[in-house]
Amino acid sequence: MLSIEKGAARLQRDDVLAGFKKLLPISVFVVIFGVAFGLAAVQTGLDEVSILSMSTLVFAGASQFAVLKLWGTQVPLVPLMVTVFAVNARHLLMGATLYPWLRELPRAKRYGVMLVVSDANWAMAMQAFARGEAGLGLVLGGGLALWSTWILGTWLGLYFGSAIRDPVSLGLDMVMGCFLLAMVIGGQKNLRILVIWCVAAASSLLAYWYLPENSHVVVGALAGGILGAFWVEKKIEH
Amino acid sequence: MNIETTGHGPLIIVAVMALVTLATRWGGVFIMSFVPIGYRVQLFISAMSGSVLVALLTPLAVAGDNGARLALLSTAVVMLLVKKPLPAIAAGIVAAALVRAF
Repeated sequence: MLSIEKGAARLQRDDVLAGFKKLLPISVFVVIFGVAFGLAAVQTGLDEVSILSMSTLVFAGASQFAVLKLWGTQVPLVPLMVTVFAVNARHLLMGATLYPWLRELPRAKRYGVMLVVSDANWAMAMQAFARGEAGLGLVLGGGLALWSTWILGTWLGLYFGSAIRDPVSLGLDMVMGCFLLAMVIGGQKNLRILVIWCVAAASSLLAYWYLPENSHVVVGALAGGILGAFWVEKKIEH
Repeated sequence: MNIETTGHGPLIIVAVMALVTLATRWGGVFIMSFVPIGYRVQLFISAMSGSVLVALLTPLAVAGDNGARLALLSTAVVMLLVKKPLPAIAAGIVAAALVRAF
């Protein structure tokens, strides 16, 4: 059961700096993904200004790679919007899960923090909240670390993309997956949560196979969430 | 409707992507500001937060190659044993690299 500890919604300069430092190790790998994106974008035929402005303004790697697949002499507007929305729809859920803490902030800060929300900093923040610690500094500071290294990597990819020709054979494509899995396993575990995860996993797979592309994250997450809402935890007797 | 990828076209595409992505980053918070955070909503949120990652990772493991599968398995095992993320992630990457090298 999530409980909102006093002070967990804190967002001081120190929290942001600590969050930045905490996400720096994983950001090193974000540079590599950025290089891979920069190279793929050049090979797809995008110009440098478009590539750099995309990484800076969009800052959502999976959707950026997905758009490269749509790229031709023309890009159809509706499929473009649908693809980007579907791949990034998990941000909606992340925003919702952060809301109990974000609502303690003034509106401008609340939406400012959300500008840089991404998988890794969100997952770390949720873990911090689960321990009753402050987490919004991880979202903002960590997000700034991920954002700046994503842009740096993209820029390097324009010129030195061929330097890491094959990140897949080095296992580097698995860094983010393994990081997120470590976050999942590092969290609270009990029978109720394991069953919720199994339902989320099964729904996600069914959606992956049978529903429109890119719907699986939202379907799985909602299935797990709905089960959790109706399966009330037993109160712990003190 | 199509956007040309010449002239200002690419920048229009980037702008569309940026706006749609921003809507996903802001939308969840915006919608939640109309929802009273009761007990059941809190249960929903806390169950959903782990489920997002599980739903993201499951197809990666099932549809991925053996390198991806063994990477995730190694990370899971090391994380359960050592309870530290960095060794767990390192184990996963090494496992993927080894499987793909042979």
